Amino acid sequence: MQTGRQVNTEPNRRVNRLPGSKILPASRIALWLLPLGFLAIAFFFPLSRILTLTFSSDVLAPDVLRAVQEPLLFTFYQALLSTLLTLLLGIPSAFLFARFDFRGKTLLRALTAVPFMLPTVVVASSFNSIFGARGLVSFLFPLTSIQLSPLILILFAHIFYNTTIVIRIVGASLANLDPKLEQTARSLGADPLRAWWNVTFPLLRPSILAASLLVFLFDFTSFGVILLLGGSQYSTLETEIYFQVVRQFNLPLAALLAVIQLFCTLLFSIVYSRYASRLTQSAPRSASSSKPKTFKQKFFVASLCFMLSGFFILPLSSLPLRSFFRIEADRGQRSEVQYGFTTDYYEELFVNRRNSVFYVPPFQAIFNSLAIASSTVVLSLIFGFPAAFALAHPSRLDKLLDPLIMLPLGSSAVMLGLGFIITYGKWLASPLMVPFAHTLVALPFVIRALQPAIASIPQRLRQAASSLGASPVEVWKNIDLPILRRAALAAATFAFTISLGEFGATLLISRPEYPTIPVAIERFLSQPGGLNYGQAMAMATILMALTTISVLLIEKFRLPNSRGF
Amino acid sequence: MLEIRHVSKAYEGKPLLSGISFVVAEGETICLLGASGSGKSTLLRIIAGLEAPDAGLVAFNGLDLASTPPHLRDFGLVFQDYALFPHLNVKENVGFGLKMRRVGETEISDRVASTLELVNLKGFENRDVNDLSGGEQQRVALARALAIRPRLLMFDEPLGALDRTLREDLLNELRAILHRTGIPAVYVTHDQEEAFAIADRILILREGSIVRDGSPAEVSADPRSAFVAEFLGLGNVIEAKSVGKNKFRSRNGDFTVNCGHKHSKGETVHLLARPHEAKKESNTISGIVSDVIFQQEIYKVTLDNGMYVYLHNAPAPGKKVSVRVKVECLE
Repeated sequence: MQTGRQVNTEPNRRVNRLPGSKILPASRIALWLLPLGFLAIAFFFPLSRILTLTFSSDVLAPDVLRAVQEPLLFTFYQALLSTLLTLLLGIPSAFLFARFDFRGKTLLRALTAVPFMLPTVVVASSFNSIFGARGLVSFLFPLTSIQLSPLILILFAHIFYNTTIVIRIVGASLANLDPKLEQTARSLGADPLRAWWNVTFPLLRPSILAASLLVFLFDFTSFGVILLLGGSQYSTLETEIYFQVVRQFNLPLAALLAVIQLFCTLLFSIVYSRYASRLTQSAPRSASSSKPKTFKQKFFVASLCFMLSGFFILPLSSLPLRSFFRIEADRGQRSEVQYGFTTDYYEELFVNRRNSVFYVPPFQAIFNSLAIASSTVVLSLIFGFPAAFALAHPSRLDKLLDPLIMLPLGSSAVMLGLGFIITYGKWLASPLMVPFAHTLVALPFVIRALQPAIASIPQRLRQAASSLGASPVEVWKNIDLPILRRAALAAATFAFTISLGEFGATLLISRPEYPTIPVAIERFLSQPGGLNYGQAMAMATILMALTTISVLLIEKFRLPNSRGF
Repeated sequence: MLEIRHVSKAYEGKPLLSGISFVVAEGETICLLGASGSGKSTLLRIIAGLEAPDAGLVAFNGLDLASTPPHLRDFGLVFQDYALFPHLNVKENVGFGLKMRRVGETEISDRVASTLELVNLKGFENRDVNDLSGGEQQRVALARALAIRPRLLMFDEPLGALDRTLREDLLNELRAILHRTGIPAVYVTHDQEEAFAIADRILILREGSIVRDGSPAEVSADPRSAFVAEFLGLGNVIEAKSVGKNKFRSRNGDFTVNCGHKHSKGETVHLLARPHEAKKESNTISGIVSDVIFQQEIYKVTLDNGMYVYLHNAPAPGKKVSVRVKVECLE
């Protein structure tokens, strides 16, 4: 039996490797030409310009150091605080999902994952619609004047975003944990607390660390949330780069901040991948979840479910609610406060007002976004397909190039925008600039979506088809294409969604008369007046709807066995 | 010592254990023998306090344990897949229970060393448990349970993951250790050879109930039910009809057996035909030889009607044989 199995697998493995070695080195280089050429022009050259600009300026001048110090410290401070609070909610939630069965578990789990897909402007607007100065809370309790500090709003939004990461990573490792270990500890005389402290916790530690690092990384590079919720009080490295570019036009300082930011993110990414690679050592065990039995367990499950659903449903529902709900006095009727249902905010999107913040009807932003997203889809598929083909059956050279392709992931969107401004400032008027920037952000995701699909087509399928009489063209048409079509659609939708929600780079390089939806939302929010606020809510609701549709499409197209972020 | 009285447990509406009662006396090793799904592992977890019974009582030395949490019961537990703490080395694993009892460092070292010696792992203290072989890992698990000097030891299929020769060696060691320490033990397995080798008393579980309770010799001499006879592989179980006083007729021939009580005519009874040739007996089983397997100085001869006998000389397949065997009456 044993030897029989070995004999069987060996040839299969060899067959699977074949396509990789079959492609000649010359054609391999041809595959890489397009994606690497794009990256060189759109990423590495601008990056080198940022580096030169940084070192050409007087980095060590005292006023420069002072300008760097404050955002740097605040970036660490808020990221650290956000991470700790995310763990505080995430670890019990991971326990809840890994250990207990209850009604609506799948739904609640899906709910906690929703924010991860949402654009930052939508999440920021959502929290603004509850706790902001014009939010529902200040409307419902006008006398108490509950005015949350912007920092608390930032923390809330970050927890909202990243709890799902902790649930996934720590939850997976909890599910892999043999319940017998804890039972043995109990039988050896450990009370529940000591069993957790001496056995469960040490075994979960790597996954908790990995999750913390990833959450920290996301919080560290957070831009939209900080910019839209933090106001002028709070500035991180990321928002400070933006402020230095658009307000002070101090490009060298912006470049220096970007380099510091890049250095930090790369460092954290390396540490994270070290930890993450250690995680998948043990084979998954049978899940050990059960219905809550004791009173304590029932109380834990009920209260945490209540908290989670409240925390995740509230922002998601208050945004659309607020977009149809008038709270403030209308224009010209300042004395009289009306409230009630309204579609004004949506109707106003079609009107081109002279004193508005745009030169075009705001609705135009939706068309801009859709056009840019479509161009991004085309571009990222053109650049992504060859790279994904090469990486599906990688040679040693391909494996070296792989991290290079993924590098834009590690650099922040604002930095990409800054690179474009410094390098291609002259051509910023071109309508292709924004799609190119979005392609840069989307490319790693597109490649990662295509690559497993291409790799998943076993050579045996093609051999079986040709033995049944299919010509090479027919094999491609009947085997490869139908399998890849799903993945290509998923990758396209990924690119589309990313482009729709991209905020940091777009804010820096888009032209005023061509706003995208996120840029329009930012502009509405930065203007005074209830109408502008309401339009921001309406825009954000539209963006939320578009993103939700896209995400549902991705889920539909995605291969069942591919996973990860 | 340990007393289990009318313990019942249902899982998702289905009864898993129904009215289990037994007693484990001082120094006694009892073996719960049953097929998978017969509820034996659940019973162990109930004794350990890791699960609560729906009804019934678990008591030790006359004291009801219902309100005693697992960590205060002093019951050692050994699992099939060892459940060694992967982040601790051998010494830390074996000393875990002592640490939980806040025993001093030097005493932990001494007791770990002596326990490791007991399981033939002298000097293994600083080894990484992940680098040990299966047999060594199981010895560490045993040492870990022994180190706390438990009032009771429990084994859940402890040798199931090991290969045959290692299993036999460990089984002998285990028996020796249990006898030397005098710790009462509850041993769960589905393997009857293992059960016969280690148990002072065997309890056979079937669908959550104990269907036979006795020493290995008693149980094999008198299995009582067709299920037990078949489960233990004691011989050919034959369904027959009563056709007169002590006379029975079956597809496999007629038998004369004194059952000790009367059967009405036409009543269905189960008979056990032992497979070993017994020349003094009057009953015979016969058939055409379909298969002969050599089993160390004896041949297992399978007949075309599904029955089998053990013979010292191998008959040729296709030949008709007739063998005198002992036939007993089952319930």
